[in-house]
Amino acid sequence: MIGRGHPWASLAPALCVIAVLFGGGLALGLAGSFGAGRGGGWSFEAWIAVLSEGRVWRSLALSLWIALASTALACGLGLGAALLLRRSFPGQGLARLLFQINLTIPHAVGALGILWLLSQSGFLARLAGGAGLIDGPARFPALTQDHFAIGIIAHYVWKEVPFIGLILLANMHSLGDDPEAAARSHGATPFAAMRLVLLPLLMPALIRAGAIVFAFSFGAWEVPVLLGQSAPPALPVLAWQRFTDPDLAARPEAMAIAMLIALVSALLIRAAFAGRGR
Amino acid sequence: MNGRLRAALGLALIAALVAPLVPLGLWSVARGWFYPQILPATWTLEPWARAFAPRSDIPGALMTTTLIALAASALALALGIPAGRALGLYRFRGKALVELALLAPVIVPGIAVGLGIHGVFLRLGLTNSALGVVLVHLVPTLPYVIFVMSGVFSNYDAEAEAQARSLGARPLQVLWHVMLPAIAPGVMVAGLFAFLVSWSQYILTLTIGGGRVVTLPLLLYAQAGAGRNDQAGVLAMLSLAPGLVILALVARQIGGRGMAFGGTR
Repeated sequence: MIGRGHPWASLAPALCVIAVLFGGGLALGLAGSFGAGRGGGWSFEAWIAVLSEGRVWRSLALSLWIALASTALACGLGLGAALLLRRSFPGQGLARLLFQINLTIPHAVGALGILWLLSQSGFLARLAGGAGLIDGPARFPALTQDHFAIGIIAHYVWKEVPFIGLILLANMHSLGDDPEAAARSHGATPFAAMRLVLLPLLMPALIRAGAIVFAFSFGAWEVPVLLGQSAPPALPVLAWQRFTDPDLAARPEAMAIAMLIALVSALLIRAAFAGRGR
Repeated sequence: MNGRLRAALGLALIAALVAPLVPLGLWSVARGWFYPQILPATWTLEPWARAFAPRSDIPGALMTTTLIALAASALALALGIPAGRALGLYRFRGKALVELALLAPVIVPGIAVGLGIHGVFLRLGLTNSALGVVLVHLVPTLPYVIFVMSGVFSNYDAEAEAQARSLGARPLQVLWHVMLPAIAPGVMVAGLFAFLVSWSQYILTLTIGGGRVVTLPLLLYAQAGAGRNDQAGVLAMLSLAPGLVILALVARQIGGRGMAFGGTR
């Protein structure tokens, strides 16, 4: 009975819900982006306005920077953390526990924590002041609401290193020590065994996890709205500003920006997930 | 890597993981804790007393968030267990496409679909209501439940069901006495983490709830924005609680892989 049968009846309710909510949301968002602001009917007005607006491109560039930097740092540090945590040391259990706890923390909570940690009157600035390193809050470097989105990136790295790390640890666990041990017995240095044997084996998992991190850090709203500068805002923040604009003519533009965000994530899914084998 | 270096790096890692939680926790037991005080001058439980005082918004938001997360995870389980069974047990044409369709809601950011869903729900009269928020939380929770249950069912021996049937068990008896005990741990993990995913939603709640449905994350930002840092600190601590409880409950069931799509996003 396994491998045959009629699984569609069991799948149908869930797929219908996803189709209506997710598919319907995308379809109506797309339709809305072609809606004429004041008159009604169909038009490319919103798309032309959005694509010819410098602000939109600056916001897109900012969000891509945030996503790229966060993903690269989270993958690199996540790999390092996984390599660290697979061997025992004092505190290993605590670090693993904190990794799991971190996964359960809502982004809004983490973002507020990062704000209170890194802002110019925050906890680190106070420690620096107490140690006599700075004479006042203004002398502490601007790490939040800053030009380079350091606060935003710091939040994503803090939140996603455990995510990447736990996935890699699970993969290392199922791979076992044999592949590396075989390389070592053929004379590879520990670093070479890691880079040439272990890393390629981990790569598929790392790419998928990285894609999830990229999509989230590109499209999340609650993190840049708290930790980001006001101009240019991250792309999701810009979409929300247009959506809540009292001028209803801005709504189709909000939808167009939302579709841009969806397009970037669709490209990502295609690059990282489509055609994956089992 | 030698042992001492490993321990030092581990310590740095632990410090970095805990660091953002420190000011949140301190504010929840502080009064007027401002620069340049490193630690609060006055330690007090007053913020907690005020948070649960009669006119506070916090108990209401706690109740709203809990009920929405319970309803969303129950619905996600009801829809997701059969779907996970189909994906885990059967091979069929179009399966890869179905998996891709279920993956998309996990990857595509909430705001990209939320604005359109707002249009759908506006026509259905579901905006600004808790019911609408429950339904929109299915977008992130349902695929999660399906993927977890699909993993559970791929390790499930369906032959036991055939044996029970050949011994005369009716379909419901098979479901209750054969399938459910076998998948119960997986159902628990899927349900608890769906609860967490709903618990921490922000932009979907704001879009569909229209600011009328006030959950903990929304109130957290509102209080911090209004300068009531002590209340925000309490809200942050309350928001951490279910994650800790759930981890304690499922500590044995999960490895990293069980949470591959998990974490709160």
